[in-house]
Amino acid sequence: MPKVRPKKTPIPKQSPKKRVKNFNEVALGYSEKQAVKEAKRCLQCKKPVCISGCPVEIDIPGFIKLIAEKDFKEAIRLMKEKNVLPAICGRVCPQEDQCEKVCVLAEKFEPVGIGRLERFIADWEAEQGEMALPPKPSLTGKKVAVVGSGPAGLTVAGDLVKLGHSLTIFEALHKTGGVLVYGIPEFRLPKAIVQREVDYVHKLGAEIVTSFVVGKTKTVDELLKEYDAVFLGTGAGLPWFMQIPGENYNGIYSANEYLTRSNLMKAYLFPKYDTPIVRGKRVAVIGGGNVAMDSARTGLRLGAEKSMIIYRRSRKELPARIEEIENAEEEGIVFEFLTLPVRYYTDDKGWVKEMECIRMKLGKPDASGRRRPLPIKGSNFKIPVDTVVVAIGQSPNPLVPSTTPGLETGKHGNIIADEQTGKTSKKGVFAGGDIVTGAATVILAMGAGRIAAKSMDEYLNTGEW
Amino acid sequence: MNRILKKLELAPEVKLFEINSPLITRKTLPGQFVVVRICEEGERIPLTIADTKEDTIVLVVQEVGKTTKHMGTLEEGYELSDVIGPLGKPTHIEKLGTVVCVGGGIGIAPIYPITKAMKNIGNKVISIIGARSKDLLIFEEKMKKVSDELYITTDDGSYGRKGFVTDELNGLIDEGRNIDFVMAIGPVVMMYAVAEVTRPHNINTMVSLNPIMVDGTGMCGACRVEVGGKTRFTCVDGPDFDAHQVDFKLLMDRQRIYLKQEEESMRLFKRH
Repeated sequence: MPKVRPKKTPIPKQSPKKRVKNFNEVALGYSEKQAVKEAKRCLQCKKPVCISGCPVEIDIPGFIKLIAEKDFKEAIRLMKEKNVLPAICGRVCPQEDQCEKVCVLAEKFEPVGIGRLERFIADWEAEQGEMALPPKPSLTGKKVAVVGSGPAGLTVAGDLVKLGHSLTIFEALHKTGGVLVYGIPEFRLPKAIVQREVDYVHKLGAEIVTSFVVGKTKTVDELLKEYDAVFLGTGAGLPWFMQIPGENYNGIYSANEYLTRSNLMKAYLFPKYDTPIVRGKRVAVIGGGNVAMDSARTGLRLGAEKSMIIYRRSRKELPARIEEIENAEEEGIVFEFLTLPVRYYTDDKGWVKEMECIRMKLGKPDASGRRRPLPIKGSNFKIPVDTVVVAIGQSPNPLVPSTTPGLETGKHGNIIADEQTGKTSKKGVFAGGDIVTGAATVILAMGAGRIAAKSMDEYLNTGEW
Repeated sequence: MNRILKKLELAPEVKLFEINSPLITRKTLPGQFVVVRICEEGERIPLTIADTKEDTIVLVVQEVGKTTKHMGTLEEGYELSDVIGPLGKPTHIEKLGTVVCVGGGIGIAPIYPITKAMKNIGNKVISIIGARSKDLLIFEEKMKKVSDELYITTDDGSYGRKGFVTDELNGLIDEGRNIDFVMAIGPVVMMYAVAEVTRPHNINTMVSLNPIMVDGTGMCGACRVEVGGKTRFTCVDGPDFDAHQVDFKLLMDRQRIYLKQEEESMRLFKRH
């Protein structure tokens, strides 16, 4: 192996002390100099395994080489052949479990900062002003409806409109972007960036209709009368609760509600924006994924004196991205590992004031391969809290499955779709993303969208199901 | 779309809006609601659909907080940022025999389409509507047209019988009238009181709940209520629930979560 700097070029960040007082983005991104320096760490492997680690198979060594050569314009063009949302993926992909995990450098050193370079090249393009659009394709005359404007839907729309199909995206909320706008906070993914990427898909030619609830405003069957094919990317829906006593007291939120109020409705700007949110002093977040980290860090920024993560396993099993765990630790989030809430206590006005927890120990690995947490008898203790956010996942939204006859669903209400094609049990209807897999990641949803778009194009051209 | 075509003042601080929304109108069934966002900085609030006409939906709004107060100032021609729906499960309409429809205050507006549908399907419909005083009573003529019998109560006795809607309901039961089903919409205390009146007589009773909501499509869980000891989401599982199973105390507590912020919003709004 040639001589190579062992560590990633650090990415500049707002200091923890400063950033917990604002909602601005934490990581500031590479300068051109830093990006080129990092790009030169790439070994340009003859058989690049990093590509196989990427759900949308970006030509990673290719775009990194172009950055190293300072040909940024060509680098972003190459990137966008495979990924229409690089500014988003560069920020929220779990690279350590994907491309960077299999990077050859990672065997001895830190892997190449692929995510940081992806983000750099996307931001570089945005700074140049107008985004380059690919040449307009000739129209096929086929019409496609995409339900949901999250990562899966945007990918399908972007891919199919580039092939000349007419696209309409239907979004139930008043803003496009799905989880990217209601779920992921401003400090991790600025909404202006999501808007930029949505605008790009719109400029490619996709029509976007907001505040339109498929399943209610129109059913899938009605869409099928107007459109040749339908893609369902409605995402995760009903938030899970733990079903423990007192869980509906005032001050106890689902992560979906807490984050939707803050992100989509901009409750952190109340009273300039009308939507309120409880600004707790002692916030407890249940769960250990990215959504839990986002909630705990939002709590801090809303003025909490203490913001805690309550997680039933240990630090090693936390499913969140490492970068977000580190950011949370830097900011002073308190982690209560091996801890499980068992009930809540209220004051006389219905507000939560205490949570009772039990300590856990790790037993043998369970179906997920992680060690199963087991309660330690008699270890119960109480924590004073005034805000609780339950971030333990969610089940698929029932609105579309319950109003679409002939659409097969699984045990948990998820839509069943073929992994290789995105085809559902209903002719002309495809699905992908969280509505199929249950809550997962942005890039996996995009990967599913990519697969579905390919087989939708085939179906539209041949009519064969 | 979403344009206010007509605005009427029905009572002090109670306004009726006809909003152009052809897609929603086409789909609306009795008991369903829309989520409205009036401007870019606005919150999302649920409003039950009181009626539909050709391409418009009818909403009746009582000015109780900043957003409804703001809505009260909007004039004909204004285009709302968003009107989303129709949401929630429609009320189950069935020929049951004798049905009593109870509407209290602003709740008379949403009970109207249900009353009409219950009548049209062949029920004998007895309606009881009530308000604090005569000037606050809305939809009297409309309710009369779709009811076989209409009883009116006011808290202060300025019109109809002095007392509450439950007094009238109790009276009907005491007279030995055969009642197969009761549907009640109004303030939480009223729906709770109706539930307590019919419970000992085992009269099947449904209420339409109006908790705080955000998305209204089953995504956030703000509107969760407890029914029969189970957590349910009003926006997708309701809004109609078995009155004898609803935890009304919890509902009342949860409606007060943002009282302080609502006061602050209102103070700022009044200053403008």
